[in-house]
Amino acid sequence: MRVEKDELVPCRTADDIVRVRKEVRARTVALGFTLVDQTKLVTAASEIARNTVEHGGGGIVRLQVVNDGVRNGLRLVFEDRGPGIRDIALAMSDRYSTGTGLGLGLSGAKRLSQDFSIDSKPGEGTTVVLGRWK
Amino acid sequence: MEQIPILRIGRCLLVTIQVDMHDRLAMALQDDLTEKIVATRARGVLIDISALEVVDSFIGRTLNNIAAMARVLDAQTVVVGMRPAVAITLVELGLSLSGVKTALDVDKGMALISRLIDGSVASADARREG
Repeated sequence: MRVEKDELVPCRTADDIVRVRKEVRARTVALGFTLVDQTKLVTAASEIARNTVEHGGGGIVRLQVVNDGVRNGLRLVFEDRGPGIRDIALAMSDRYSTGTGLGLGLSGAKRLSQDFSIDSKPGEGTTVVLGRWK
Repeated sequence: MEQIPILRIGRCLLVTIQVDMHDRLAMALQDDLTEKIVATRARGVLIDISALEVVDSFIGRTLNNIAAMARVLDAQTVVVGMRPAVAITLVELGLSLSGVKTALDVDKGMALISRLIDGSVASADARREG
């Protein structure tokens, strides 16, 4: 997979969550995603951005335009250096929540993305990758 | 500070969300609406989200909360104008908005609120008579 473009957007405050939504929307439009696919990825990004801000103590998101030889896609890499997630399987389950939300963030974002991965080490931080293809 | 305007029309409060809401703005709307319901003795709340391109779990939860608080204050909430792409995304996200009544547009939402208000008046009368 080739990374054709790699941009960095801060993800530290509640206002950054809105900015991430806007930036992801602009990239999906530029890539020619359908309206439904745009909305799914923007919504997934909003969920993960909020996790990064609220649970990860803030971080960054990389917006990467990728190509697998056949298709273009958008990959979003959220990174924080927060406390990490002790039990990823538990955090991924529907309705599990440590914060004030509905506990749909991780599981919902996974359902809305075609590619999803999460990597977390207690004390070191969390990386979540979301991807959708055109 | 930014604020989402709340208009009063008869027994109803009308809110049209026209900006991409950050979390604080959503919380502020929730607080403003509950205060306005009490101050105006409104019986209905109509929330137009036709301009919203994204409803994530936070905004969804805020809509649910507003409906629940309004109900406790004896007002009916109807959310109107959800975009099809938003509806598809919400369902896949796992958010059913089960506590919120919805209608396609403002006209249909107003009609629904009128029926709900008159319905609750009628059933209260029926209880008194029964």
